[in-house]
Amino acid sequence: MRKAFYLLAASMLFAASPAFAQDTITIGFTASQTGALNNDSTAQMRGIELWRDDVNGKGGIKVGGKSYNIKLVTYDDESQNTRVQQLYTRLITQDKAQFLISPYSSGLVATAAIISEQYGKVMITTGGALEKTYKLGNKNLFQLYTGSSQYLTGALQALKEKNPKPHIAFVYEDDPFSKAVVQAVRDTAKKRGDVVAADESYAGSTTDFSPVINKMISAKADALLGGGHYADGATLARQLHEQKAAVKWVTLLVAPDSQKFAELGDSAIGISVPSQWEPQAAFKPDFGPTVAAFTQAFTDKYKIAPAYHAAGGYAAGLILQHAIEKAGSTDPVQVAAQLNAMDVTTFFGRTKFSNDSKEHGLQVGHDMVLAQWQKKDGKLVKEVIWPKAAKTADALY
Amino acid sequence: MWRRPFLWFIVAAALVYALYPYFTDDVGMRESLLLAAVYIILASNLNLMIGYAGYVNFGNIVFFGLGGYICLYLVTALHWHVIPAALTGGAAVSALALLFGLGILRLRGAFFALATIGVNQAIQQLVVNFEPWGGATGIYLSLDAYGPLGGPMQALWTTYLMIVAVTTASLLASYAIRHSKFGLGLLAIGQNEDAASVLGVPTPRYKAMVYSASAFLPAVAGGLYFFKSGIIEPSSAFNLQTSIEAIVMVMLGGSGTILGPALGAFLYEELRGFLLTAQSFSQFQLVIAGALLLLIVQFVPGGLLGWVHQRWPRTRRWLE
Amino acid sequence: MIGILASVIDGILIGAVYGLAAMGLTLIWGVMNVINLAHGAIVVVGMFVLYMLVSALGLPAYGAVPVMIVLGFVIGIGLYWIGVHRMIGRPELMSLLSTFALNMVLIGLGTAWWTTSPYNVQVNMPSVSWRGYTFTGTHITAAALAVVIAGLLYLLLYHTRIGKAVRAVATNREAAELCGIPTTQVLAMAFGLGVALAGVSGTLIATMFPFTVLSGEAYQLKSFVVTVLGGLGNPAGALMGGIALGLIEGLATPFMPVSWIPIVEFGLFVFCLIAFPRGIFSFTKA
Repeated sequence: MRKAFYLLAASMLFAASPAFAQDTITIGFTASQTGALNNDSTAQMRGIELWRDDVNGKGGIKVGGKSYNIKLVTYDDESQNTRVQQLYTRLITQDKAQFLISPYSSGLVATAAIISEQYGKVMITTGGALEKTYKLGNKNLFQLYTGSSQYLTGALQALKEKNPKPHIAFVYEDDPFSKAVVQAVRDTAKKRGDVVAADESYAGSTTDFSPVINKMISAKADALLGGGHYADGATLARQLHEQKAAVKWVTLLVAPDSQKFAELGDSAIGISVPSQWEPQAAFKPDFGPTVAAFTQAFTDKYKIAPAYHAAGGYAAGLILQHAIEKAGSTDPVQVAAQLNAMDVTTFFGRTKFSNDSKEHGLQVGHDMVLAQWQKKDGKLVKEVIWPKAAKTADALY
Repeated sequence: MWRRPFLWFIVAAALVYALYPYFTDDVGMRESLLLAAVYIILASNLNLMIGYAGYVNFGNIVFFGLGGYICLYLVTALHWHVIPAALTGGAAVSALALLFGLGILRLRGAFFALATIGVNQAIQQLVVNFEPWGGATGIYLSLDAYGPLGGPMQALWTTYLMIVAVTTASLLASYAIRHSKFGLGLLAIGQNEDAASVLGVPTPRYKAMVYSASAFLPAVAGGLYFFKSGIIEPSSAFNLQTSIEAIVMVMLGGSGTILGPALGAFLYEELRGFLLTAQSFSQFQLVIAGALLLLIVQFVPGGLLGWVHQRWPRTRRWLE
Repeated sequence: MIGILASVIDGILIGAVYGLAAMGLTLIWGVMNVINLAHGAIVVVGMFVLYMLVSALGLPAYGAVPVMIVLGFVIGIGLYWIGVHRMIGRPELMSLLSTFALNMVLIGLGTAWWTTSPYNVQVNMPSVSWRGYTFTGTHITAAALAVVIAGLLYLLLYHTRIGKAVRAVATNREAAELCGIPTTQVLAMAFGLGVALAGVSGTLIATMFPFTVLSGEAYQLKSFVVTVLGGLGNPAGALMGGIALGLIEGLATPFMPVSWIPIVEFGLFVFCLIAFPRGIFSFTKA
């Protein structure tokens, strides 16, 4: 009781003296500083932090003639959803976060979304493509990524261009996101009459893929679609190479997008990845940095080129900033209204959220590209190979 | 038995526990207390196995996870109300445990401990491959499911109170068993199983019974907890790490006592929560928790309550 | 048909390494009745020792193997005095907790130092190809080294005075003490040996697969399964148990989805515990 009274008194004091009024906007999120999702989550957090530094460097967010600095509050969710709800509640109630950004990965996003919804806080989700989360009746959730059902459609089209009759092996992690992605593309492939040579899911902690690879060889598969997150994807790629599996086309989720993937050397060549964003993208932003400016700033700060998780983190901040500035207020209802009405292009590409109450907040504007690791002048580089309009190199097959 | 002051103490503590965050309207506090309450349920029921019967159950989390799955399945697929769903989950898991118990309780000591790990892992993998429960994706709750409890916001309070009620029931059950013939039999098994058997304790039946009993309330709690979370996945439902942490909690507070495991669970959870959110420690939270545990095991093997009992022997009588 | 054979051969190669890891676990269990829950963490130590030696010092990959055996022995003796010595002769639960605490500390330090990102050590070995199936050189070498190390352990246990002392302590500690065997030193040494075996198996695993600080848990669970197949406390059985597990995995894979394999594994594990609590290969127990 007493604590509540103090808080009340304090907030009245703040309200009464505008000169002393809060000049920061607090944004909360959790990141996987430990655990299996660490690699991708760190990239996302760096993107968000770079956005904060850019905004604060330019004098902050302007709301109704006043400038607010951005304050980020973040905790470690250990890559597990056990703690996500506790931490998000803490962010809202104790740290007084006015807006939220999601944790990384679909499972954690779904868990955090329940809290943000219960407290009526706007949450921009990045690093969570699973569509199911947006079909549960949320009103304050806004998805930045293209949904999971779109992930491998481009890869399938590109593959069919090279080989009209592929024998496809689906080999994928048994997590919600990868399963949803493969389910969608498998249905498409089956409808088109493609041969499904193998269909295997594996646990995210798998390190020995030789049983699966031997099965693929026995089934005479010549294309592989699947993967999961960083650790398992990198392992699978390396073992495909070592066991000389005769697959001519490999598209893996998430893992090959990270710059770290180049450490695999020759194993990486020819492996493609559906990507939310690539540094080669040529979008003309309505506001915010250009693609080149973002890539440069990120590389300068972290000494590694940004991949789509990092870009997604930055874009989450940018979109939120735009909505707040347009609303001229930090009131969640008004900001949500701006987000609902938004249809913009940033360095990240187009962003538009579904207003259908059955799938509110689902991303409907953004498109994905397919990137492939290729060897150029003795160095490994990631080239965009699909869609044709955006490609920077021809696909290796 | 209601003349015992200790019982009233449990009830009073539970009331304070339930009502304190309600009256201060401190939601952050409630979330932290809720997690601690869940751990108290796990630790307190695990204590029936470890502390009373002397059997180390590594896979105790399997009850919690299965209970959660059954409850969420009933709520989403058959549109049951959460309370009957959680209770049905508890009953089903308890029955299943009785069945399993008859098999693996023939093992003793470390062999039993290893078998419980096997059971947990096998069931987790079965659920991963079981499509009606969503396989590896798990079950997602629609926000409509909170309707019968007055919307998502109110549902959080309601589930909190329900979980505290289960916590209280766990402590009371722990007390009742300890002071019954059944409990004495279990303690005898824990001391020396062969001797107990010779003296007429029906050891196989008692062991299966306690295994089954220790499954019921954790399964109910699992149902409520995952209902509150809105999502259940095999990896979080059958997390072996949590299972082992529950053992740590029992030891921290003092195994074989009634209040000890609860105290251990509460302290452990608050400590982990603090280390996790304190910036300077978050890198080393595992190291600190581990070092602390090492010191306790080596120098204070009786746990917190054991130490208190040793230091002030009189407390044994009223602080159980 | 050829596919099945390839799968079985691969299974056996990996199984030998699982067996080596399990030997460390089972040796400790057999000698001092301690189930070492830090086993997985020690496997991870072995992995990172390889990473450090190869990437920081530029040592050839297999040069790390003898280094790890020595280092593992020293670390093991250190861990024994820190966490295990006071637990000898106390209820099982206490040693379980104590080694679990060691596990937390090791994993925690590793996480703070290396984070949980995956690491990869590239080892180039010629591989053997046969009718479209390829057996990688690293798998073959690792399996061969595992068998050699297991053989050395056998010689040590059964053909030296030290080995005799270890076996005596395992059979009856009090009687051994009465015969003038310095049991405490023997226990510390046995723990050191067990840790060295677990660590070196980690080194071998790291030549084959990428790893993170958290990889240990999966190998620890496998080691439990292998230990039970081979008989608790029986190092020779452990190697056979490992090969048996690899064989089962190899045989089962072509006939069912890979995600069902762990159900078979753990189902078998529980079944063996109940039906053959002394292990399938218990006849080799001295």
